[in-house]
Amino acid sequence: MTTDQLSLYCLYAAYSAMAIYTISFIAFALDLAKRSGDAQVAATAAIKAQAQRLAGKAEMIAESAGTPGGSVAVLERTDVDTGADAPRRSSKFERIGMSMMVLGLAVHISSVVLRGFAADRVPWANMFEFGLTGTALIVAVFLIVNLFVNLRYLGAYVMGLNLILLGVAVVNFYVAVSPLVPALQSYWLVIHVFVACLGTAFFAIAGGLSAAQIIQDRRETAKNPGLRLFDTLPGAERLEDLAYRIALVGFVLWTFTLIAGAIWAEKAWGRYWGWDTKETWTFIIWVIYAGYIHARATRGWRGARSAYLSLVGFAAVMFNFSVVNLLFKGLHAYSGL
Amino acid sequence: MARSSDTDKGLTGGSSDTSEDRGVDQRADPLRPSDHIDSEPGDSGDSGITQPRLSPLGYLRFFWRQLTSMRTALLLLMLLALAAVPGSLVPQTSSDPNGVAQYKFDHPTLAPILDKIGLFNTFSTPWFSAVYLLLFVSLVGCIIPRVKHHLEALRSVPPKTPARLSRLAGFQAFDVPRPADPSAAPVSAEIAVAHARSLLRRAGYRTRIVGDSVSAERGYLRETGNLVFHIALLGILVTVGIGGGFGYTGQRVVVVGQTFSNVLGSYDSFNPGRFFNDAQLAPFNIKVDKFTVKYEQKILDAIGTPIEYKTDVTTTQPGATAEKKTIKVNEPLQIGGTNVYLLGNGYAVNVVVRDGEGNVALKDSIPFLPQDSNLTSLGVIKVPDALPKQLGMQGFFYPSAVKQATGAYASNYPDAINPLLSLSVYSGDLGLDDGVPQSVYTLETGKLKVLAGTQSTAEEKPITLKPGQTVKLPDGLGSIEFTGVSRFVSLDIHHDPSQLYVLVFAVLIVLGLLTGLFVPRRRVWVKAVQGENGLRIEYAGLARGEDPTLERAVGDLAKRHQAVLDPKSASDRRKVNP
Ligand code: HEM
Repeated sequence: MTTDQLSLYCLYAAYSAMAIYTISFIAFALDLAKRSGDAQVAATAAIKAQAQRLAGKAEMIAESAGTPGGSVAVLERTDVDTGADAPRRSSKFERIGMSMMVLGLAVHISSVVLRGFAADRVPWANMFEFGLTGTALIVAVFLIVNLFVNLRYLGAYVMGLNLILLGVAVVNFYVAVSPLVPALQSYWLVIHVFVACLGTAFFAIAGGLSAAQIIQDRRETAKNPGLRLFDTLPGAERLEDLAYRIALVGFVLWTFTLIAGAIWAEKAWGRYWGWDTKETWTFIIWVIYAGYIHARATRGWRGARSAYLSLVGFAAVMFNFSVVNLLFKGLHAYSGL
Repeated sequence: MARSSDTDKGLTGGSSDTSEDRGVDQRADPLRPSDHIDSEPGDSGDSGITQPRLSPLGYLRFFWRQLTSMRTALLLLMLLALAAVPGSLVPQTSSDPNGVAQYKFDHPTLAPILDKIGLFNTFSTPWFSAVYLLLFVSLVGCIIPRVKHHLEALRSVPPKTPARLSRLAGFQAFDVPRPADPSAAPVSAEIAVAHARSLLRRAGYRTRIVGDSVSAERGYLRETGNLVFHIALLGILVTVGIGGGFGYTGQRVVVVGQTFSNVLGSYDSFNPGRFFNDAQLAPFNIKVDKFTVKYEQKILDAIGTPIEYKTDVTTTQPGATAEKKTIKVNEPLQIGGTNVYLLGNGYAVNVVVRDGEGNVALKDSIPFLPQDSNLTSLGVIKVPDALPKQLGMQGFFYPSAVKQATGAYASNYPDAINPLLSLSVYSGDLGLDDGVPQSVYTLETGKLKVLAGTQSTAEEKPITLKPGQTVKLPDGLGSIEFTGVSRFVSLDIHHDPSQLYVLVFAVLIVLGLLTGLFVPRRRVWVKAVQGENGLRIEYAGLARGEDPTLERAVGDLAKRHQAVLDPKSASDRRKVNP
């Protein structure tokens, strides 16, 4: 097959993956709606049950009033289980969403591989290519993390984010296969860019968790918690723990990206650090996440406050990928556009 | 923190919830700034509100405590991120001097204001420096006491077993079954504890027997990693700040066939570090034998894109035989503690200029600097030795010349397929003898007479030459012969003795980070209690910092311990539950 054919099939696969992701997104959105309904039902049922229990208790007390030593110690849980720990049975929608996500990823990966064959090198050397590969990594990391902890409630977020990023990459950033300029011909391209995309994937998921944490935190402190569907999510503290751990992995990867980038810059441009725009933004992101890690360890900052830093960090990652690549001048001018 | 007497609370049944009772022992814990989430609130006066009036020394201490607090570190980190942003919005003199010039030209009102606050040199402005220096002072203030404390903690024993394990993480209890054979001795508390201890030791715990229990702790490496990480950050700053001063960077354009000698005089431009001296110039010569460039031929959209630059060189060093080497982009040449990079290339035109008296006044290869991706190149030929008048020429070289509709030339391919040289010619005093240094790439034409050019005062149109052609100059001032083209390479020569140390610190940063973040620090206790139904073993743990796997670890330990104490039941269980 020729390069052109392969790149065409790569695009077909990318569009198909987007179609499947769209189904997955819809399924996850329906699941969220269902969660909302379930939570409503559960809350009503809990109130009813409690009312019944109280009524029953009154009867029992009335009945046993005459018997000696008849006071019965009734030990009952009256708190409503918010589903944080009791694993909620996954809904049909959620299962559809997950399986569509897996299927979408398989097609997506084939698109990445086709592009690799078309270009005859790793498919992450211009913006279209990092968009294509990076989004596949976000889904892959999400699915892998899901094997260890249940993050399915983030499915709609991951699919939504992914559709936007992949859509922009395919529609706005597409470029035909082109050879690598000599500065990019290095095994550091393979390592540095791949690890950066992987770090971004972890930051993306941590960002989603932090956003959920902030909402959950508001509901927990508010008198009248809206957004019933969040009843089915873990509590703010658990969300924070997860966000933090996933961001830590992202941070380690980002640290490596920074160092690998410096080593590569030394080889390609003759200096390891020169405050090029892209270098500067990589540094800024690194410092923001270092701040996030510190904030979590600072009294008065744990909780929602530190979560905002995680969001700022992820916003900076997205800014670095989009605006800095496109509009800022610098040595890293490899958007290919 | 109140530390109660050494009586075993397990026996006296004391229920006061001291931190010791919870297995917290601050001597062994890492020392944290007072506003760290794990340090006891209110045990040091960092709030400032409850402080009595302070003496000057008190103020200093107060200030120091503020500076080394977590909150300040956080604030400074955020400020550092913020302060770096303008450096990416505006071109920087250090990385993009042409961009700065262009910016100043495009924004004549804004640029002077930005210049005043140093935005074109963001990373060396006082305000940027202040942020990172304060951060590093804070870091030093934070690290020193922690290192001291940690060195002590490394030698300390695990804390005593808390009275009640049941409130701790992963708590579980196990009744050791009586032996099936009633004559056999039941497992004693000592044996059970000894088994537990050896299991814990094998798992890397430091252990201590406390009565009928074993107290164990592991993960000192976590704090070690964290400290290594922070110290390595300092290390980078110091090596970059000081070590960078011992190096130099320089550039030199070398035409193929020529030789570069690493002495000060042969550089086109040279930037010494603060502590540089000539002795740091390692003696070596690099003869450029060949320069090859490969252009994309297959992919239509990209035809003519260079895909490989390669320079073959012969290097000589005193006392060593000559060596053949290659230099490529991404593959610098290492020689004499110095790196030589291939950062640019272009065409040099070979010309012979004869003057009005018929003598050869110049025979040289003159590098012309590329202006676009098809290597339209701009250059200057100065002939100070020409008689009766000095000659200067300025013009373009087109490797693949095409005539455009306007009559002007352009290059449409970077390779030398149809080379053409187009020159304007001037005569007069070139000003080379004034002692004012001049660039070899510019010609001051103001005071010169135009012989050939596009100007209306010119006697002739610019002269154009193909290789092998000779053209007579106007006014009988001589002739110029274009003998051919050569390639030149632009070599960057860098010597930075601190680079290796920076790399070592960077590796330490990653290693410190990995251990500081992912090694769990935890305490585990195994306690034997003599109950009515025989021996009962309790297990529990306590996390010191992030530790998502603590409960599982306690569970695993309990399982293995029970397998040792009661092999039969363990194997039974395995049968039931394969
Ligand atoms: C130079 C800038 C700094 C950077 C980039 C930085 C970065 C980090 C990172 C990435 C961590 C987590 C890694 C680990 O635990 O090994 C960390 C932890 C920590 N840092 Fe820093 N730090 C800086 C300055 C400081 C300063 C000035 C202080 C003292 C006030 C400090 C105190 C701490 C403490 C106590 C922890 C442990 C946090 C915990 O318990 O989770 N750091 N720092």
